[in-house]
Amino acid sequence: MAVIDIRIDLKKGVADPEGNNTKKTLESLGFKGVTDVKAVKVFEISLDMPAGEAKKCGEDMCVKLLANPVIHNFSVTVR
Amino acid sequence: MKPEEIRVCVLRIEGTNCEDEMADAFRMAGAQAEKVHLKQLTGETFPEMKRNLEDYDILALPGGFAAGDYVRAGAIFAARIKSALGRDVKKFVEDGKPVLGVCNGFQVLVELGLLPALDGTMSPVPTAALYTNDSGRFECRPTVVRNDNGGRCIFTSSVERGKLMMIPSAHAEGRLMSRDLDFIRKLEENDQVVFRYVRDDGGKAEYPWNPNGSESDIAGICNPAGNVMGMMPHPERVVTRFTHPDWTRNCPGGEGDGLQIFRSVVDRLG
Repeated sequence: MAVIDIRIDLKKGVADPEGNNTKKTLESLGFKGVTDVKAVKVFEISLDMPAGEAKKCGEDMCVKLLANPVIHNFSVTVR
Repeated sequence: MKPEEIRVCVLRIEGTNCEDEMADAFRMAGAQAEKVHLKQLTGETFPEMKRNLEDYDILALPGGFAAGDYVRAGAIFAARIKSALGRDVKKFVEDGKPVLGVCNGFQVLVELGLLPALDGTMSPVPTAALYTNDSGRFECRPTVVRNDNGGRCIFTSSVERGKLMMIPSAHAEGRLMSRDLDFIRKLEENDQVVFRYVRDDGGKAEYPWNPNGSESDIAGICNPAGNVMGMMPHPERVVTRFTHPDWTRNCPGGEGDGLQIFRSVVDRLG
């Protein structure tokens, strides 16, 4: 049994309207010193397989569904 | 083939919500249209409800929020089509049969790799993305598009080049992007650009006339063969003059601008 965290974030240069809007709103609430906000997506996936195979499996999931290579980078961490 | 013999498969799953208008638009253009759930094509249903994709002449992917737009707009619908019907859909396209994707349907076609498909019929991973609007908001309003296609696209075969059409947009992720720096040039070289957003006077669109910030104001593209087209605005919402936003003043003829797209493809097959 393995649990993996898959983190999907935007490639460098891809605009992040969700992050920008969140930053603006945080500032409007009075939070000072917010220099950047990035919106990322995390999937926590439990797999019935050894940790060694789980990473490979997670990467395959990113290629086939969870990330679009045009705009996303992904990283898979086994807990 | 007579127009009334043309069978259109309007494919739906949970969360698609423009299938009724899409089917009606094809019917108004003279074809037979049926709303078909993906499970009817994959066989996960009662025997009398099973359908075969190859029995249809046109495949249409309607707008909406398929599978709740979870993961990414269109990604789950595309993955489910690919896993169960990938080969059938590829053959459908290679046989030259028309495939239309509107709004969420366009997002599905891009996620499926059927558009832009610069090299071949269907890329194994997406080579473009319909990314979040520049504004970061859902943009919903009438937009004006210009037919910029040189004649390759079957869905604009009877629409005059340069013609302006008022077709509403309603989406949060419609900005066409690619990592390829020559993307637009390649699309233009292959005559794959179909619609561009313009101002109502035909001038270059800026926000809000281009609702999403799409590169080169692109609103719709086709594949290199011209039989697969995706567009963000909703032509099925303006098939009669009464749903045209300016119908009391500026819509002669009783038809909405969108109907020409459905007529083009039905007339070409018929």
